Amino acid sequence: MANPTMTLIASNTVGSGGASSIDFTSIPSTYTDLIIKVSARTTRSLFYDNLTMTFNNISSGYQTLRLTDNQSSGTSSDNLTGLSYFYVGEIDGGNATSNTFSNIEIYVPNYTSNNLKSVSDDNVMENNSSQVYIGLHAHLWNYSGNPAINRITFASDSGSSFVQYSTFTLYGISNS
Amino acid sequence: MASAATYTPIATQTLGSSASSVTFSSIPSTYTDLVLVANAGISTTGAILAVFNSDTGTNYSYTRVYGNGTAATSDRFTNQPAMDLGYFSTSLGNISITHFMNYSNTSTYKTTLTRWNTTSYTTAEVGLWRNTSAITTIVINGSFGYNLIAGSTFTLYGIAAA
Repeated sequence: MANPTMTLIASNTVGSGGASSIDFTSIPSTYTDLIIKVSARTTRSLFYDNLTMTFNNISSGYQTLRLTDNQSSGTSSDNLTGLSYFYVGEIDGGNATSNTFSNIEIYVPNYTSNNLKSVSDDNVMENNSSQVYIGLHAHLWNYSGNPAINRITFASDSGSSFVQYSTFTLYGISNS
Repeated sequence: MASAATYTPIATQTLGSSASSVTFSSIPSTYTDLVLVANAGISTTGAILAVFNSDTGTNYSYTRVYGNGTAATSDRFTNQPAMDLGYFSTSLGNISITHFMNYSNTSTYKTTLTRWNTTSYTTAEVGLWRNTSAITTIVINGSFGYNLIAGSTFTLYGIAAA
């Protein structure tokens, strides 16, 4: 029988000084798929912020299609193309209810292939107020040569820092 | 203390050339749930479907909520001859991740949760197979006889609760 495989590759918990970005580098090519689990909040002076993700430190070729439910504006869908990063969801900002952190799970299949890189993520931001967000996101990275993914970087599109106790954990899954 | 739940690969298939279907057979009953990950395309844009245990009776139903970049919509299908896994394009930029809950139980109907994405849709879907048999075989194919394209990958994982 094959070995059980949802293997921790790396985990990053933000310290007391905050962090402007989270970088997973030198991702091994020995897995089939990747899963990233995020619990995060930023210092932005609003209820929310947008979490962004890039591959291989490249800032082009990203598309994000969103299905969202926002308590204040209802259910909607949009398709963002020609991006310099993925929008992987809304997360709590500095004005959100204290101690609340948004949750996101990101699935990246066949990350070492030379095919188009498609990504799925689910995102929730619940903070016992009207600023609630649920997101189902489809992403496509269509970049010249479709390189294997060896680096994943997270930041906020506002430039605000992640606060202490934000966590980003990267897992590998093998199909054999 | 129980060991941690984890993904255990049961089988994987990568298509070297286009094929009308992919089959996972003799699925062991030793896990709690199954997860099927498809990163695939289809010869003509359309649905990819799954048949369990060769049952092509109208015993499947599913409800979807999806966004197409313009609007959020929901639809529902009952008494279908197969389970929907997604509506794929002709590229390999499609994902379908399906969770099969309690698949080896022989007392309950089987439910599924699927997240599938293309460049045109992002979708969450719940499915029901009205059959109490343990799922031992899954056959995946394209609607209307469309082929699954070369380079498509399908992996079936088992997840054990303890």
